[in-house]
Amino acid sequence: MKVAVVTFPGSNCDYDLYKAIQQVGGHPTFVWHRERGLEGYDAVMLPGGFSYGDYLRAGAIARMSPVMEDVVAYARKGGLVFGVCNGFQILCEAALLPGALVKNATLRFESRDVFLRVEHADTTFTAEYQAGQVLRVPIAHGEGNYEADEDTLERLESEGRVVFRYVDSGGSVTDDANPNGSWHNIAGIRNEQGNVLGMMPHPERAMEPLLGSSDGLPLFTSLVKSLAATGV
Amino acid sequence: MSQYQLEIRVKPRPGLLNPEGKAIHHALNSLGWTGVADVRVGKAIYVEIEAANGDAAVEAAEAMCRKILANPVTEDFEVSLLGEMEGAAS
Repeated sequence: MKVAVVTFPGSNCDYDLYKAIQQVGGHPTFVWHRERGLEGYDAVMLPGGFSYGDYLRAGAIARMSPVMEDVVAYARKGGLVFGVCNGFQILCEAALLPGALVKNATLRFESRDVFLRVEHADTTFTAEYQAGQVLRVPIAHGEGNYEADEDTLERLESEGRVVFRYVDSGGSVTDDANPNGSWHNIAGIRNEQGNVLGMMPHPERAMEPLLGSSDGLPLFTSLVKSLAATGV
Repeated sequence: MSQYQLEIRVKPRPGLLNPEGKAIHHALNSLGWTGVADVRVGKAIYVEIEAANGDAAVEAAEAMCRKILANPVTEDFEVSLLGEMEGAAS
């Protein structure tokens, strides 16, 4: 599995992602935002961080980077694209995913472990989980409050595109379990075709029990296995 | 071509939660301004644009808003022409 990890000025989870890909036997390559061309990669990942200092809006300026034209084209052709945290914000700004991520309702930067429920295990990214499984994964963001208009939310829900939701340790969707005010406790969504996933929590930081959780690992093994099934 | 000064106001969509406005609202209330019904925070961006005339400068600023300066999901925008810069005409 050859993966492009796209880096921007201000990316800071790029090495976490790099290591996570290596851990499942993949071959990561850093691609600087000014570089062009994503041919030959089996997946493209956008790491967390604070690209361009979150100026204007989180992800707004990174979205205009030269490489993003290639990321959009890659996604439109059906290539696998995964954005974590700032990467999710960039995917929304690029309109590869609907909606927007605005300031946390708490007005605080939230940096801690949260519980997520896997809503759908029938995606390329979540096949190694069970639907309804509760994960413990860290978050670290100031602008993770998912907003979209009513029609978009309704479509996301009816089409089963909310992949991860903030829940309590027992797996129940509650206001207390929602760290940022996201509509419907949304933590991660996929696009219509299912080849683009964005999420605010950091599965790439939950890869080893020693670091508190290895609940992020199946996301990466899901990718490896589904790519292997297609002959990669 | 002349150089024009413009003010771009990027405003949060009504109805969307505006946590910054809410915090300021709370502060104003606790300072005694209890009659404040609502506070919302947007941003103002000041640009100087070279253009054939004022209308063209406004058009350019509006195109910038649609492309990058405002997020159509959460924000509206308004552009005002503040004036033509003196001595900048060529």
